[in-house]
Amino acid sequence: MDSLKPDTIAALRPYSRKDTGWRLFLKTIIARAYPRIIGQQREVSWLVFDVVMPMLAVISYVLVYRALNAPEEYIGFVVMGGAMTAFWMNILWSMSSQLYWEKEQGNLALYIMAPNSMMAILLGMALGGMLATAMRALAVTLLGMFMFGVTYTVSSYLQLFLVFMLAMVALYGMGMMMASAFLLFGREAWHMANLAQEPIFLASGFYFPIKSLPFWVAAGASVIPLTLGMDAMRQLVFPTGFQFGFMSVQLEIIILAVLSVVFVVTAKILLAYIEKIAVREGRITESRR
Amino acid sequence: MAAWLGWVIESNWTDPFLFAVYSIVKPISGAAILVIMYGIISQGNYESALFPYIYLGNAFYIYVGAVMTGVSWAVVDDREHYKTLKYMYIAPIYIPLYLLGRGVARFITGSIAVFITIAAGILFLNVKINFAEVDWLLFFVTLIVGVVMLALLGLLLAGITLTVARHEGFIGEATAGALYIFSGAIFPLDVLPEWLRPVGYFMPTTYWLELLRRSLVGNVAQAFPTLANFSNMEILGVLLALSVFFGTVSIYVFRWCDARARELGLIDRTTNY
Repeated sequence: MDSLKPDTIAALRPYSRKDTGWRLFLKTIIARAYPRIIGQQREVSWLVFDVVMPMLAVISYVLVYRALNAPEEYIGFVVMGGAMTAFWMNILWSMSSQLYWEKEQGNLALYIMAPNSMMAILLGMALGGMLATAMRALAVTLLGMFMFGVTYTVSSYLQLFLVFMLAMVALYGMGMMMASAFLLFGREAWHMANLAQEPIFLASGFYFPIKSLPFWVAAGASVIPLTLGMDAMRQLVFPTGFQFGFMSVQLEIIILAVLSVVFVVTAKILLAYIEKIAVREGRITESRR
Repeated sequence: MAAWLGWVIESNWTDPFLFAVYSIVKPISGAAILVIMYGIISQGNYESALFPYIYLGNAFYIYVGAVMTGVSWAVVDDREHYKTLKYMYIAPIYIPLYLLGRGVARFITGSIAVFITIAAGILFLNVKINFAEVDWLLFFVTLIVGVVMLALLGLLLAGITLTVARHEGFIGEATAGALYIFSGAIFPLDVLPEWLRPVGYFMPTTYWLELLRRSLVGNVAQAFPTLANFSNMEILGVLLALSVFFGTVSIYVFRWCDARARELGLIDRTTNY
């Protein structure tokens, strides 16, 4: 043994510790979040596209409001909507469709075979996606401030933090739930993600106050966490925002908390279901290009 | 055959009903966002000349995304997804024609979306088009010239797509998004900062959308100062000249990119990016 190099000795040594339980769960989360956060640093060109695409829509809608001589608050609403677009796109393309892509790449079977929890993988995806997307959303917000002179006056930092965090937990819980659902849709995943863009931008009031929609339409759209999240944040960061609020901020916080629990629990149930049929029938992990 | 292949790829993932819903919901939602924005600010005054300007511009802009991106997307689809582009290249077919054919399917679905969006505007949103006063000759000539111009621009993007490994899927969308701003599709070009307006004046889509509006609702479109001093024939002349210019550039760029892609072995490259 003495004549062997240190690397070889390390390679021959049996595993001294095998992570299980919560330690494995936590490590899986970090491992899955790692490429999402670090990958972005290594490939900055993604950041350009992820900022440019929402900005094109933001500029268009801001100029429409300018053509209509709309009050300045609306410019701020559009910029905030544009920033939150990054999160919705991340949910659609990097959460909901992710297990489908993994299947196409041949990784899904490995995920299911590995001793880690699938829930931890989805949580890692959500955590990494959330942090990476926050950078893009921040970039859109700053560009909006710079280009259109949007200013923010926060009335309660605590409530703003609470609303944002609850909206993110509920949103990414929804994304985790949809990841399993999209996998069950099979070949239609791409189209479903594509379809869930403009209609959601419309129903959730990305570019106008949700209060402008008929009550029951707005209430129905509140199932999407960004609807109430944006409505509450607009009330909290614009001086006249409360005039455009669909519900009180307190009520929206309670509903977002409920949505968070519902989506995460449903994600766990759906995930258990797809794992079950993946093992039993073997068709979920089969790539059919 | 390429057009048929494109149509089958576009539509065979689901049943016809769901496909029809899918084809309709997206453009209608996009139009509805603008209608609601307009409605909020104008307090529901849909009589203003700006409303048909926005609505029709947005409706016909569907063609830009559909046709231009449709042609360039065929490269991504065939090379990365189906991995069949290499077989197309060794088959005895003319590749530019094949790519243009693939764009025909998107043209068809785009046409359905445009028709439904305009019909919804007329039926439910007070977009006033008097069919007896429509200049049909101008409308169809403009439509055909524009669609050919967009298909050739799509060929240009397809050429660029052949030579890049990253973000090729976004090239079409980003170009369409940028043209949306610079073509005066949903707001008059005068709203743009003065130093940016020349970009809009250089885009054929600006004149194309203006002529389509004028042919359908002539007086309304002429109410805006941007191109008010130009007659329909003058704008058609500019559209034709710019279409020939961009078409020629597109063909040469595609040829150059195609030769480079063959030389560097990029035709069968899959990146999984």
